[in-house]
Amino acid sequence: MSDDDDLTRLSKGLKAAAPAPDDTAKADNIALAMKNFDDLQGSADGARLTSEASPKGAFVKGVAKMFNTLTSRGAMGATTAIVAVGFAVWVVMPNAPDTLSLPEVAPLEEVVAPPVAQPQEMEEADLAADAVAGLIASSPAPKAEMRTRVLAGEMAPTPIDDGYAQPLPDRESFANEAPNPLKVTGEEPVSTFSIDVDTASYAVVRNSLSNGSLPAPDAVRVEEMVNYFPYAYPDPDGAHPFQPTVTVMETPWNSGTQLVHIGIQGDLPEVEARPPLNLVFLIDSSGSMDAPNKLPLLKQSFRLMLGELRPEDQVSIVAYAGSTGQVLEPTSAGERTTIMAALDRLSAGGSTAGQAGLQQAYQVAEAMSEDGEVSRVILATDGDFNVGLSDPEALKDFIADKRETGTYLSVLGFGRGNLQDATMQALAQNGNGTAAYIDTLSEAQKVLVDQLTGALFPIADDVKIQVEFNPAMIAEYRLIGYETRSLAREDFNNDAVDAGEIGAGHNVTALYEITPVGSDAVMTDALRYAPSVEQQDNGELGYLKLRYKAPGEEVSILMETPILPGMGEVTSDAQFSAAIAGFGQLLRDGKYLGDWTYSDLIDLANAHKGDDPYGYRAEAVTLMRLAESLSQQ
Amino acid sequence: MRMIVTDEDMARAAAGGDREAFAALLSRHYDRLFAFAFRLMGARDQAEDLTQDICAALPAKLATFRGEAKFTTWLYRVAVNAAHDHRRRAATRARAADGWGDWEVNRRAGDAETAEGLDWLAQAMRALPDDLRDTVALVLGEEMTQADAARVLDISEGTVAWRMSEVKKRLKTLRETEDWP
Repeated sequence: MSDDDDLTRLSKGLKAAAPAPDDTAKADNIALAMKNFDDLQGSADGARLTSEASPKGAFVKGVAKMFNTLTSRGAMGATTAIVAVGFAVWVVMPNAPDTLSLPEVAPLEEVVAPPVAQPQEMEEADLAADAVAGLIASSPAPKAEMRTRVLAGEMAPTPIDDGYAQPLPDRESFANEAPNPLKVTGEEPVSTFSIDVDTASYAVVRNSLSNGSLPAPDAVRVEEMVNYFPYAYPDPDGAHPFQPTVTVMETPWNSGTQLVHIGIQGDLPEVEARPPLNLVFLIDSSGSMDAPNKLPLLKQSFRLMLGELRPEDQVSIVAYAGSTGQVLEPTSAGERTTIMAALDRLSAGGSTAGQAGLQQAYQVAEAMSEDGEVSRVILATDGDFNVGLSDPEALKDFIADKRETGTYLSVLGFGRGNLQDATMQALAQNGNGTAAYIDTLSEAQKVLVDQLTGALFPIADDVKIQVEFNPAMIAEYRLIGYETRSLAREDFNNDAVDAGEIGAGHNVTALYEITPVGSDAVMTDALRYAPSVEQQDNGELGYLKLRYKAPGEEVSILMETPILPGMGEVTSDAQFSAAIAGFGQLLRDGKYLGDWTYSDLIDLANAHKGDDPYGYRAEAVTLMRLAESLSQQ
Repeated sequence: MRMIVTDEDMARAAAGGDREAFAALLSRHYDRLFAFAFRLMGARDQAEDLTQDICAALPAKLATFRGEAKFTTWLYRVAVNAAHDHRRRAATRARAADGWGDWEVNRRAGDAETAEGLDWLAQAMRALPDDLRDTVALVLGEEMTQADAARVLDISEGTVAWRMSEVKKRLKTLRETEDWP
């Protein structure tokens, strides 16, 4: 049997294997699509479902997540220069395998079709309803002999607008719900929601403000802003994978109300003991990196990752192609400003010639590591990485050899369709590292932040919070944020209902603003005709219940604690999280904030910056100032 | 007079809010989409999940369709990207979700020859990493030219050619192992 027979067999097999679609599923799916289509015509809100009782619930949430990712990507893309590639001229080598020293190159005879038409003409041609024909017979297949073609821009593959790489101007309406309204405890004492460890909204807000405009109110999801910041809440004591800490504190913006602050600290197994990291970033700054989802995304990802590093970690940056050479001497990860400034100086341009860069990166890495320390070179590229492919084996040996001496290599891919993704994999495997693909900031969060701390695994699944307030003590309450995460009361005890996950070391913060009975801040009048409820006056403000599942388990575990007046120590962390909650509300809808202003906010945030080792909080204050001046215009 | 309404025209109309155009477009392409989803994932339930995924997101995505590409190319691209996301979500949840690895559930009993052929197929697909599977699903499953597959995958034609030669190499390696059906 020949090699081509294998392909023929595979082709036949694939064509024969696909079953006919299930009629019910088909009808359901089409109905779902039509429903979403209709929803979209009416309003773009409501895309972000969280409470789902259907068996496909997890999936619906996945889609919602996708929308959110799109949203933040869109915002990112919109603010970064999109380079027109109209006159891009590049060299296409149809048998790229030769350059990879892979001996067997033979395009498939069975797909070689006579050149019916050029792709461009095909696109303009009226295609018959049966588009299959169009797919089968479109453009000529490449010839087998080595050749170099220079394509003019018009022949270049048109970027396809699949929604992933494009800003969505009209769809820019962010997935959000109306701000949570005030609830009257006597009427609706129970509040239920799913935790949310996303932080995308903060990045979007930051992006808008940094670019000189206030974010769209719906882009602001207060809980994601609050949860963006690391807080040092008390660690779990071992009984559960995370520890909730409840603090009752004064409300910064209303003297007649109080805040119930629920701070959850996820367990962080073992990473405390990790040795310092020596990281050398080898960054591809070739012209092809000049796309919103490449170099700019890399910079944003880097910023995320810096927050996870410790001051004793060392970072150095080596660039090749556009900007070349060592652009950052080994620097303590605590010097965030210096590092980010070096990164900002990078600009994309020029062609890729990576080998010298790789050697230099290794030199730097070796110089950085002291005895027993591990250094790691992290190659960030879109795949157009020419590391001397004339001899890939020698390169692999080089990398493997360096691994033995304690320098590892990881590869981060940016942008879709890496030309040499297999090469990247091979390099990383030889370098004892991972090849990861980063197409969104949340992916960067996963790879560069969670993975970096050895925390790719969730420590608790389906984490739900339910608070029952005591009408004898609390007249009114309001959950700040989590609008898109609200659950029905009965969902709390229903283990089939999906909720958010907590990863190792994650912080989650939830804030309720509560109005005690008798406070002059009570906004609603008592009902004249409501039946009087028998009220329990045991001094409790409310009762907090959490449910979670250990990863992989089906049955949830319940944690519960009463909420008592004045409980907990009011830390700077709690105060700062309240400030960020205030910031989010000012950006979104300040109707519960009275005459509290940006100036009050800035004072509060400044007073509670704490030691802020990574500069996150200082950056937030800068954003607050920006928002203040923008809101005055 | 030609009464043919192209996919692209319908897609543009649907993007502009034309409900009937959207419904027609979807019903025209649903079966093909499902078959492609199956070829990407290799398991019926996953193909169904993926198709549902795509259907749910399609209206929003379609709003960005500008007719710069053929609708089918665009749709395949959406499907490949959705499969990408699908696999990644599955991977981060640390669940074994290797569709072609779950092949047994799809086995068609009774017809020995078919069963053997399908076993071979599953083994072959299982031996390929995701990017090669995607490429194979397009080039061999959908009979797309390498140029079209390159458009869908947003990679160069050369890369498609290279990937196909890589597929060939891997199949050859498989063929040379002993218990190869």
